[in-house]
Amino acid sequence: MDIVVCIKRVPAFGAQVPLTDDGSAVDTRHLGFTIGPHEECAVEEAVRLTAKYGGRVTVLTVGPQDAGEQLRYALAMGAHQGVLVDTGTTELDPEATATAVLAGLADEPDPDLLLFGDASADAGHGQVGVRVALARGLPVVGGITGLDAENGSTDGNGDAAGNGAVSLRASRDTPDGTEVFRLPVPAVVAVKEGLNLPRYPTLPGRLKAKKAALRTVACDPEPGGLHTVGLRRPADDRAGAIPLGRGADAAPAVVDVLAELGKV
Amino acid sequence: MQLVVVADAAVVPELPAVARSVAGRDEAVEAVTFAGVEVPAGDLARELGGHGVARLHVVRHELLDDYAPEAWGSALATLIDRLGPSGVLAPATHRGTEILTHAAARAGLPLATNCVRLTADDASGHGGAGDGTWRLTRTRSGGVLLEDAELTAPVRLATVAAAVETPQVPLQAADCEVVESAVDVPPELARTRVAERVASETGLSLSTAPVVVSGGRGVGGADGFVVLEELAERLGGVVGCSRVATNNGWRPHRDQVGLTGTKIAADLYIACGISGATQHWVGCMDSAVILAINTDPEAPMMQRATYAVEGDVHEVVPAVLAEIRRRGGAAAAAGSDRSAAEESEPAAAPPVG
Ligand SMILES: Cc1cc2nc3c(=O)[nH]c(=O)nc-3n(C[C@H](O)[C@H](O)[C@H](O)COP(=O)(O)OP(=O)(O)OC[C@H]3O[C@@H](n4cnc5c(N)ncnc54)[C@H](O)[C@@H]3O)c2cc1C
Ligand SMILES: Nc1ncnc2c1ncn2[C@@H]1O[C@H](COP(=O)(O)O)[C@@H](O)[C@H]1O
Repeated sequence: MDIVVCIKRVPAFGAQVPLTDDGSAVDTRHLGFTIGPHEECAVEEAVRLTAKYGGRVTVLTVGPQDAGEQLRYALAMGAHQGVLVDTGTTELDPEATATAVLAGLADEPDPDLLLFGDASADAGHGQVGVRVALARGLPVVGGITGLDAENGSTDGNGDAAGNGAVSLRASRDTPDGTEVFRLPVPAVVAVKEGLNLPRYPTLPGRLKAKKAALRTVACDPEPGGLHTVGLRRPADDRAGAIPLGRGADAAPAVVDVLAELGKV
Repeated sequence: MQLVVVADAAVVPELPAVARSVAGRDEAVEAVTFAGVEVPAGDLARELGGHGVARLHVVRHELLDDYAPEAWGSALATLIDRLGPSGVLAPATHRGTEILTHAAARAGLPLATNCVRLTADDASGHGGAGDGTWRLTRTRSGGVLLEDAELTAPVRLATVAAAVETPQVPLQAADCEVVESAVDVPPELARTRVAERVASETGLSLSTAPVVVSGGRGVGGADGFVVLEELAERLGGVVGCSRVATNNGWRPHRDQVGLTGTKIAADLYIACGISGATQHWVGCMDSAVILAINTDPEAPMMQRATYAVEGDVHEVVPAVLAEIRRRGGAAAAAGSDRSAAEESEPAAAPPVG
């Protein structure tokens, strides 16, 4: 089972989000970068599935050259190859990002499974996976927190290619319970954190990934209809915290508050 | 026309008002729902009529009788093509977002998700053939940031968050007419029908519990959560955690509060040994009262909380439990003292004089 995983380079901020003076973007001068937890789970799942069923994992990112850092992280987790679609920026609208992903896929052999995060960690549109699926005529489900391949027939909808693993069992949590889908491959699946517990890359893994060659594809997609004007921090009208004391001595004050709230 | 999508078992009341506010002067607000939505169309129509919606389109096809994201999205794209609205709004729920994303991709239209404010650039210019523009604000990173954006398209599509600014527009109650609409759905879309459904256990869940007692790195390990469990139980709540607790395998992911976990709005959130990174904060910030327990008074959670206790969770939480027991005991004792006193009162009351 050959799998492509799409990952996005996003700033890793802590307690505050610094913005550029004109509010056009997150000020990343003093920030590190990462991939979102949903996508980390997607990479982990792909590595596990190929370990079980064979095949290769390709990680693909759309962004500036620096996004190679995130591809290498995924390679260190066990992915086999990386594709960087160089658009100079990650700040594209979802239509343009989907176009760029498709450009990166164009020269790859057709994968059996395309994995996405359910939503990117910064922009959070929740759209790119669905748009790519539609463009490639593939079935797609999102919000998935349980995934496995199953052998056997797929109600005649899928072609029974692949090495025996011809359908996917994908489940997700809804407000009322769990929904299970059975999809033929090839398919697109967007996953959420909780799917698995991603591994930490090993040192040898990191060293190997550092030297790996990445395939770079240049792309300058047409902008779509959603145009970002600027970013703001929401107003925070919380007053500072009221101190209730230190250590065990604070217990009576805490229980006073609990009593006032009617909780004890 | 502006079209409001009813994707779930309830009408989101803010949607018709937002639709009205972005509608051109002569534009009607209509609604669409699917045969598989469990509430009878008549009930939905009555409710929508109260919000000034004049017509409810019910799309029908055998593939729409149960939830199937691709089929529902495809049917919606067909209806958008048929009715030619200038705007379509869906609630930013699980389903609302999923269906509108599928419809947008199929119709080749842009989409703005998670909007908390929407205005039409020029309300009088709608209805024509050209592109129109909405100015909008959407949330990013779970609400850490707001993004101001423009959406320009022949049909503007957006999902609207529950926290949307509801515009004050006059709405006249209408008799909402139900119109059945048969649509074609490509048969291969049966591939993403829900194949199986497991109902969740009823009872307190992280997203609905009135009290959440949450632990982070400061709890130190899975064992450290035992006292948090006890406190949660005492307070009629459940245990939550930070991503560090999940990643260390101390708690299952379903307990995680935050951007990539669950977003909660409890009466009371108790954050034990959690620093308050933005990605955690967005998950708990809608709680009414937040109590932070942390050894570091400078931790962001200690600054942003309602109440702060500086100290080691391993000392503070057991002390709070002991105090609750002591007072409970005292109250019980006081209660039994009182009844004992009452019983003995006649005898104990010394004759006056
Ligand atoms: C894209 C993205 C998404 C994320 N999503 C989430 C999410 O959904 N949920 C989430 O929680 N995180 C999320 N994170 C991670 C987040 O950035 C933080 O790393 C995480 O929340 C930190 O967890 P923590 O507060 O438990 O640990 P730390 O930040 O290490 O804080 C531990 C705190 O415990 C205090 N402490 C230590 N010992 C004690 C003691 N004995 N008693 C009392 N206090 C003590 C310390 O002073 C410190 O403040 C996400 C990150 C990214 C990049
Ligand atoms: N710049 C990018 N490069 C590669 N994949 C991306 C990029 N942006 C988004 N994606 C993928 O699409 C998913 C959904 O993104 P979004 O639609 O922005 O919420 C992400 O979780 C990624 O898997």
